[in-house]
Amino acid sequence: MSVDVAAGGLLRVVPSAVYAGRSRVLVERATHAYRHTWLALVSGFFEPLFYLVALGAGLRGLVGTVTGPGGTPLSYPAFLAPALLASSAMNGAVFDSTVNVFFRLKYNKLYEAILATSLGPLDVALGEITWALLRGGLYSAGFLVVMAGLGLTASPWAVAILPAALVIALGFAAVGMAVTTFVRGFQDLDIVQFALLPMFLFSGSFYGLDVYPRWLQFVVECLPLQHGIALLRALNVGAISPGLLGHLAYFAVMAVGGLALTTVRLERLLLR
Amino acid sequence: MVAPEQEPAAAAPVLIAARGLTKRFGDLVAVAGIDFEVRRGEAFGFLGPNGAGKSSTMRMIGCVAPATSGELRILGLDPQRYGPRIRARLGVVPQQDTLDLELTVRENLYIYGRYFGLPREGLRAKVDELLRFAQLSDRANAKVEPLSGGMKRRLTIARSLVNDPEILLLDEPTTGLDPQARHVLWDRLYRLKQSGVTLVLTTHYMDEAEQLCDRLVVMDGGRIVAEGAPAALIAEHSTREVAELRFEPGGSAGAVERLAGVLSGAGERVEVLPDRVLLYVEDGEGAVVSALDAGLRPLSTLVRRSTLEDVFLRLTGRSLVD
Repeated sequence: MSVDVAAGGLLRVVPSAVYAGRSRVLVERATHAYRHTWLALVSGFFEPLFYLVALGAGLRGLVGTVTGPGGTPLSYPAFLAPALLASSAMNGAVFDSTVNVFFRLKYNKLYEAILATSLGPLDVALGEITWALLRGGLYSAGFLVVMAGLGLTASPWAVAILPAALVIALGFAAVGMAVTTFVRGFQDLDIVQFALLPMFLFSGSFYGLDVYPRWLQFVVECLPLQHGIALLRALNVGAISPGLLGHLAYFAVMAVGGLALTTVRLERLLLR
Repeated sequence: MVAPEQEPAAAAPVLIAARGLTKRFGDLVAVAGIDFEVRRGEAFGFLGPNGAGKSSTMRMIGCVAPATSGELRILGLDPQRYGPRIRARLGVVPQQDTLDLELTVRENLYIYGRYFGLPREGLRAKVDELLRFAQLSDRANAKVEPLSGGMKRRLTIARSLVNDPEILLLDEPTTGLDPQARHVLWDRLYRLKQSGVTLVLTTHYMDEAEQLCDRLVVMDGGRIVAEGAPAALIAEHSTREVAELRFEPGGSAGAVERLAGVLSGAGERVEVLPDRVLLYVEDGEGAVVSALDAGLRPLSTLVRRSTLEDVFLRLTGRSLVD
């Protein structure tokens, strides 16, 4: 697993008090924990599927053919599906890194217990984010299989949607966990959910951004989900361009920044 | 867990050494420059009222809180530089249980061992052994939440032993437990001590300190105000016996004057509470007779040996500090 490769590299630059190089133990813990609540895991797979069936099939006749990235003509479900996949990668990662992490941080006192062992805060941050990522990846893989089965994949490049979805999940999980270290109560978490819904609705999930006036397009283009949707939609039709690297860079910055901030915050909260 | 020969405490190597150890949170001084040493195989206690600095000291020993100043060596190592290496050899029982509510009893032990990097194979047998030690084998596959307070505490102690620690840190191990559960825990801790584990504990139960500790320090306001073996502390800071004379509330007024002639030996003293008069004396029965001769008419009398509680109240006062 790539986590171990990353672990070797990080060990050389980060002091051992922060990082013991055993973040995968937290993933092992999560696999045990979710054996008891597997239903919660499965539900995340069906959410985008319901959207796809309800909106894709429902609006298909009304909308007809739409123009995808690079001018590719697409059926409406094929236009919609990558956006739903990007959103579900986001939702899965954010839910795990906010609600679940908050519970473990404040009520379960899990991280307090872990930091009394020989693990460090970066092990915790990296392990929890890796788990959120794996969970998001499972959903993405399942949804991609459904897309392929329904004939909604439009080019061989669609295979690259899976790793791209993992990058999206990684960015959101890292930032989500960093935000969670500032959260004071469950009310604050409601604000997070409240911010996600409009982002899902207005980031071009259901239509292209060209329906907006220019200034609004600019605002939406600053939002992370829009980059995820644009990335997956382009990969689906095989419209490969250097601009895709810009989308990836956006998520790389989220991942590195979120991870660093989480580590510092956990240290400040639990090791003082 | 095989019991090695107990070394005499004075000859055993020093595992924890603190000099001028200080912890500040902003303007608040939690620990104000304390010195102490803990030797291998000892059971060492920190006693003190709430806010005395016990837990802050324990967190510094546990390498989860940096000292503001002063010197601390644990197992010969500096916690600032070698925190994870030291923690790998410590067992920690925090004041509040931090059990993993998302896992079963067995998984709590198993995963905790994995946090220390213990290999899976050996760990399974270890977990079974710890389940027996904690008397939780029949609850192995239950979730943690429905367990009783005593069971959770036993599980926390079992969990702290998963890495075969050389030093076990227990922060108020039996607070909130019923007498049965406390005695079971004391029994388990006593066994650990017999097997050579060094125990460092905080408590504000004097009977617990007398039962478990070879040596202890009394802390108050971030400082160490007394140090020694329980019996030595009693000998030094209290008298052999205490005579308690109980009155109606307010009925003890004027007792001091009347008792002036009762006290004879060195260190003997009288303490007047609203409903009680305590006579700290060598001969309790004799003091009661003298008090009655002096004209006191208590509702009831009780003569008992001095306890650590007398020492504690003498040193840290009776007023409530929250």
